[in-house]
Amino acid sequence: MARYVVATVDDIAPGQRKLVQVQGRDIGIFNVRGEFFAIANRCPHEGASLCKGRVVGLVESSEPGSYQLSRPGEMIRCPWHGWEFDLRTGKSWCDPQRTKVRAFDLKVEEGAVLVEETLLRAETFPVSIERQYVVIEV
Amino acid sequence: MSTLELDRGPPAEAKLRVIDCDIHPAMNAWTEVHPYLAKKWIEHLAVYGSHLRHAFSEALTHPRMSPDAARVDAYPDEGGPPGSSLALMRSQHLDPNGVAFGMLIPLRWNPGSQRNLDFGVALTQAMNTWQVERWVKNEPRLRASILIAQEDTVGSVAEIEARASDPNFTQILVLPRTDEPLGRRRYWPIFEAAARNNLPIAVHVGGTNGHPSTGGGWPSYYMEEHHAVAETMQSVLSSLVFEGVFERFPGLRVVIMEGGLGWIPSFSARMDKHWLRLRSEVPHLKRSPSEYIREHVWFTTQPMEEPGRASQLIDLFDRIGWDRLLFSTDYPHWDFDDPRHAFKAPLSETQRAKLLYGNAQAFYGIG
Amino acid sequence: MVAGRPSADIDHPSTYAGAIDCDLHPALPGMHVLLPYLDDYWREMVSVRALDRLNLSLTSYPQNAPLSCRPDWKPEGATKPGSSLEAMQSHVLDRYQPRFGILNCLYGAQVMHSEDMAAVFCRATNDWIRDEWLNRDPRLRASIVIPAHNTELAVAEIERRAGDPRFVQVLMLVSGEVTLGRRQLWPIYQAAERLGLPIGVHAGSAYRYAPTSVGWPSYYVEDYVAQSSAFENQLQSLISEGVFAKFPGLKLVAIESGLTWLSGFIWRADKTWKGVRAEVPWVTRAPSEIIRDHVRFTVQPIDAPDEMVAIMRLIEHLESDELFLFSTDYPHWQFDGDEVLPSGLSEVVLQKILCGNAQATYPRLAEANSAMEVNA
Repeated sequence: MARYVVATVDDIAPGQRKLVQVQGRDIGIFNVRGEFFAIANRCPHEGASLCKGRVVGLVESSEPGSYQLSRPGEMIRCPWHGWEFDLRTGKSWCDPQRTKVRAFDLKVEEGAVLVEETLLRAETFPVSIERQYVVIEV
Repeated sequence: MSTLELDRGPPAEAKLRVIDCDIHPAMNAWTEVHPYLAKKWIEHLAVYGSHLRHAFSEALTHPRMSPDAARVDAYPDEGGPPGSSLALMRSQHLDPNGVAFGMLIPLRWNPGSQRNLDFGVALTQAMNTWQVERWVKNEPRLRASILIAQEDTVGSVAEIEARASDPNFTQILVLPRTDEPLGRRRYWPIFEAAARNNLPIAVHVGGTNGHPSTGGGWPSYYMEEHHAVAETMQSVLSSLVFEGVFERFPGLRVVIMEGGLGWIPSFSARMDKHWLRLRSEVPHLKRSPSEYIREHVWFTTQPMEEPGRASQLIDLFDRIGWDRLLFSTDYPHWDFDDPRHAFKAPLSETQRAKLLYGNAQAFYGIG
Repeated sequence: MVAGRPSADIDHPSTYAGAIDCDLHPALPGMHVLLPYLDDYWREMVSVRALDRLNLSLTSYPQNAPLSCRPDWKPEGATKPGSSLEAMQSHVLDRYQPRFGILNCLYGAQVMHSEDMAAVFCRATNDWIRDEWLNRDPRLRASIVIPAHNTELAVAEIERRAGDPRFVQVLMLVSGEVTLGRRQLWPIYQAAERLGLPIGVHAGSAYRYAPTSVGWPSYYVEDYVAQSSAFENQLQSLISEGVFAKFPGLKLVAIESGLTWLSGFIWRADKTWKGVRAEVPWVTRAPSEIIRDHVRFTVQPIDAPDEMVAIMRLIEHLESDELFLFSTDYPHWQFDGDEVLPSGLSEVVLQKILCGNAQATYPRLAEANSAMEVNA
């Protein structure tokens, strides 16, 4: 596993996303109310660019006729068939065990810390000690 | 089903070669069709618009889960709805998916469902010309379908005859929710014209005829409606067979589009079983229903079934008949089938080539 | 449980000894048999309006159509098929010796437009079934006939019968006035769940609409074939509307549905659900899972050229051998001779189809073994 800097924190505003390429993988980085998540940009169903889908909340129900919306912005619907995936875990809602997309470990790091890290890959993002960065482990 | 977790792109593979039997072109704006409409119809369209047999004159009976019933990633940068940009259709679908030929299936405005028959006929004429001028002439891979307003058989036959010798058109298009079941005698002049001109009839999901989507009333939810469209195809098939359309028009070919595949073997068997018992009611049938289906009916593959095991899909194709299946994507709709990933079962190269290309090549006599 | 059967082939009648036949059709010889159960007003109406001279033959089952009665099951004289208990005993009950047979009466009362008339005649029909069938043969059980289009009256009828454990199910037609999952029908489901009664949905239509979404077919064979499509649509309604979420104890039996449509149904329904789930968030499991828990299917007719292969294929596709219930569908002509079931089924599967699955589905079968246990 290696760590890669993929964005500055300012690159991705809350509610926004960024598509990056790391080690030949397409990955989507999402800012959900200040928390960052990363999932592979490839729907396991038929290969759509998952990270181009609508980001939505979690819809649940206690009984027919009642609708509960929670976890705003933490789910993504595949842009094709609408299958729902949890941005936190990469698991589909309907079949969490068998239908899932890879979720990557992700940290927000201070530039001051990163400049010391010898094994960090930061070709696209020369690290500056004043800023914060999104670092992904692949 | 095995764990699906694809986080890398597919390995280098043989180049895809596909005939896509179901592509939905759209207009950027409804004025696009004006050059092909008489002035009085331009005005009628603006003032009165669509006049259908349900509560909404423009919207579908059951709103879809995706805007425009489309893939979220199919909106052109330059604006306009999914399916309206030839450039995006090329870059997003025709080119990367190896589409050698694509069959256009325009759905708006359901000309066959318009209560005003003259308006419906005028729309079909205009939209048939629109397909050629706007699409086929600009993209040699595309082919058009002859839209007809089937409730006006005189107008329909005239339009078929007007287009039949134009090689840009490969088939006649009808949406199955017609006033009466499609096999009924009132529609036979259309079949006669189709058979005489050796044009297949394409029956693609759609239409509003004022009948509830089920024999027991209207469904509440889109989840139900998306299922009911398959039952609609069952009813169309039943009608075509039991009315004796294939007996009367032995050269007629029909392709059922977007109805799904899972029901075909069981429904054919059901038709056979009960025909055996009740055949005295339909003495005009000289052969079993499944025999007629095997000889006269083809099916597009989208939306592809995904049974629990791959072997079940292969079994399904075995029972339908591999040569009856015509690949389709339904681009740009939401339940799009990607030619690389739609088949959740290992296929041999021969099988894949038949499904993706060979069967449609034979069916349409192209390529 | 099931009497020892000969190791000979399945065609021998004693193969089915001890089974539970989940679909038998008693027929009213005429409305006159209901007169003792009507009050003064309705008896007067029958007389003044000559209601008993109406031919209430159902479009769903034309009386003389080949399907409606197997030739060797036609009773003597001009009586209607299925109208004679003696004939039913001779043809199936004594011949196959089931432990129980469940009567599903299809009569015009269920589809009359007037809710009051429908309710009165349904009540009278249930009285008649009790007196002329249940009281006369201890093997018989019955579904409660109801006017489904008035849920208040329907629930009253269900509650009226609930005390007699020989009524084991509530009967509805697959194509009624509203799709079967609709909330306005829920009082019926609520009562059924509370009283431990499955809902039996039987082929047949009230013909409130064209029987298909494409209009009115010309031929009866088309209408009958369309029944399996109706079952698909109504099962989808029950699932989508959340009936099994709302009534987790409810069981549903699809009667005379054709069976083999079930594979295509679950493939499409499961896949669709994954994409549209947010529209119906109370559907928290795949439709196929819901079906495995809540829905059962009587076996006649089996829509397949090779019935044994068809049953085994369904068991594989549905991942369950608990879904299918033995039935003859008497007197409908679905099989010839004594070939009610195909040969070649394993003993385990055969046992479940013959009686195990029905015992699990109809808990009331465990009660009331006495023919004379009548609650007035």
